Amino acid sequence: MRHVISLLLENEAGALSRVSNMFSARGYNIESLTVAPTEDPSMSRMTIVSIGSDDVIEQITKQLNKLVEVVKVVDLSEAAHIERELMLIKVRATGKDREEMKRMADIFRGRIIDVTESTYVIELTGAATKLDSFLEAIDKSLILETVRTGVSGIGRGDRILRI
Amino acid sequence: MVLTGAEIVIRCLQEEKVEYLFGYPGGAVLHIYDELFKQEKVRHVLVRHEQAAVHAADAYARSTERVGCALVTSGPGVTNAVTGIATAYMDSIPMVIISGQVPTAVIGQDAFQEVDTVGVTRPCVKHNMLVKDVKDIAATIKKAFHIAASGRPGPVLVDIPKDVTAQKCEFVYPKTVSMRSYNPVVKGHTGQIKKAVQLLLEAKRPMVYAGGGVILSDSAEKLTKLVKALGFPITNTLMGLGGFPATEKQSLGMPGMHGTYEANMAMQYSDVLLAIGTRFDDRVIGNPAHFAQVARKIIHIDIDPSSISKRVKVDVPIVGNVGDVLDEMIKLVEGTSERPDAEALSTWWKQIDEWRARDCMKYKNSDEIIKPQFVIQKLWEVTKGDAFITSDVGQHQMWAAQYYKFDKPRRWLNSGGLGTMGVGMPYAMGCQLAHPGSPVACVTGEASIQMNIQELSTCKQYRLPIKIVNLNNRYLGMVRQWQEFFHGNRYSESYMDSLPNFAKLAEAYGHVGLEIDKPSDVEGALREAFKRKNDLVFLDFKIDQTENVYPMVQGGKGLTEMILSAEDL
Ligand SMILES: Cc1ncc(C[n+]2csc(CCOP(=O)(O)OP(=O)(O)O)c2C)c(N)n1
Repeated sequence: MRHVISLLLENEAGALSRVSNMFSARGYNIESLTVAPTEDPSMSRMTIVSIGSDDVIEQITKQLNKLVEVVKVVDLSEAAHIERELMLIKVRATGKDREEMKRMADIFRGRIIDVTESTYVIELTGAATKLDSFLEAIDKSLILETVRTGVSGIGRGDRILRI
Repeated sequence: MVLTGAEIVIRCLQEEKVEYLFGYPGGAVLHIYDELFKQEKVRHVLVRHEQAAVHAADAYARSTERVGCALVTSGPGVTNAVTGIATAYMDSIPMVIISGQVPTAVIGQDAFQEVDTVGVTRPCVKHNMLVKDVKDIAATIKKAFHIAASGRPGPVLVDIPKDVTAQKCEFVYPKTVSMRSYNPVVKGHTGQIKKAVQLLLEAKRPMVYAGGGVILSDSAEKLTKLVKALGFPITNTLMGLGGFPATEKQSLGMPGMHGTYEANMAMQYSDVLLAIGTRFDDRVIGNPAHFAQVARKIIHIDIDPSSISKRVKVDVPIVGNVGDVLDEMIKLVEGTSERPDAEALSTWWKQIDEWRARDCMKYKNSDEIIKPQFVIQKLWEVTKGDAFITSDVGQHQMWAAQYYKFDKPRRWLNSGGLGTMGVGMPYAMGCQLAHPGSPVACVTGEASIQMNIQELSTCKQYRLPIKIVNLNNRYLGMVRQWQEFFHGNRYSESYMDSLPNFAKLAEAYGHVGLEIDKPSDVEGALREAFKRKNDLVFLDFKIDQTENVYPMVQGGKGLTEMILSAEDL
């Protein structure tokens, strides 16, 4: 099962490698990992997407909690939550493809944020599945490069992760 | 008071009442050594290899209730220390290791004797920290001692660049530590504890399985009280020996790969299993799928939530300090008149006694050749079961664990988790310093002892009268045993050729050496050794070369699929 794990950790040198080391040392998998400081600059928030059985995910949250710099851990996928990811994609946009690419960007509510005679850079946010669908929907041979941030997640309503 | 970083380091160690600092100097820690020189409170023990410094500090912690402390230099000092750190980590031993680092200005430039210490040690420490500012030294060391000793204990490393030890700042030692990210649970959940006690009172085939957590939390007395009040059988793991008196009838001995028949059978066929401060290690429960074949209720008390349901699903998890939880359980048991079903319990004991009657620890003694089991039995007799025993890793370790009956906690020091050959003598050193005047024996093999043999020199310098009981079988015995059982007697590289004359080697270092090759001389030699209160005596017992450790559960097999003797092979 795919799980979205959210954690708060001390914004200290080495904290990130402690987390990523733990995953590799224990053979857990990381689909994506994002991290940045929160409104309180002494603390970072990390979102990790991992795939594993319930037992494995339980161990992952316990092992994360055990790291001295980790302040709090929640498994967002246990309840209603929102996931978003940002993708920047550079495509070839010439001739009839230029119009088609603009149309597809509109359908997916993407924005074209850089334009040259032959290329577009499209910015797209959404659940990871939406970004995947966009890539499916356009002509693969037109893709020049893509960059994705990985998933950020937050609980819905009253579910709040803070200290 | 304005002090240099080095002065601050020493002051911090004094504040933490560090009695012995085990270490080895080098460029990056010269300022610290200079300050050590100028004071007398913290006594430095100069080992001959950094691995031994960490092991000795580890043993100091294992044999007392205190945090061990070691000091090493950057680069090779640290890499030599890694084995010691990993050994302590696997057995959850509270320690603080201070390492020197190259000056901050050259970190990352492949400077002379630079190694990424925080990176190299990260996977085998409870926590580690690099101090980049002299103002942070005191708070970091305070934190290190706090983290090492609280929760599930473990080694903590503090890496200090050389220039930081020369800078100055105002010294204040923090009185307390508060960390929003680190607050280990102590008290167990009351509801869960009640549930557990109820299960125990209703059990028909109860079994207690106690591990190193009982020793680490100094709860042997509490455990003994509870188990005696309930009249249940108990098994103590390799790390938990001494957690319940081994000479009491309720003790079934050690469980696991080389555990007793009765302990393993009772673990497997119990209906309620109370696991305390233990982690269902593969060497203890064998194959988890086989273990799970019999339905039983499992109660698991552990301070580390990640130890619970890691390898075996449990029914009543209790996260908390073993001592606190046992206190509550005792209170509940004492507060009720309810007692376990006496008839069921007596039937269960009858079954256990039948298993016991197999006498799985019997061995054929000999008049001609020294049997290792016999040496350990004599060691136990001669020391009246009251010595501190350290061991290395191999067959001798198992024989020591099986045949020395530990009645008290913190008397048995061995590397259970990592299985590090070479710990024996440094463990005896740390232990002897912590317990001057008490008998300390190191049970070892001719291979293990050579992994840190240079420490004979340290023992001379500090006049450590430890007794080395070398069970010399001229083989990497445990390796040879596996090759005999599982690799068609092909003894690939397990014969120990070109052995030194150990007795003479000991003499060369200024100690006493004895060579014993007749069974009739065993007891006399041991008595002679322990009579020499001020001498290190190296007892080189030439033992039966091909003796094997029984019983044995083969790796991957079920707990009850035991080889009891050569006939079962
Ligand atoms: C540092 C290290 N290297 C290798 C091993 C693997 N090993 C386990 S037991 C053993 C043999 C130990 O021989 P010895 O010390 O003579 O003890 P014996 O088994 O003969 O009693 C070896 C090589 C180990 N545990 N530790």
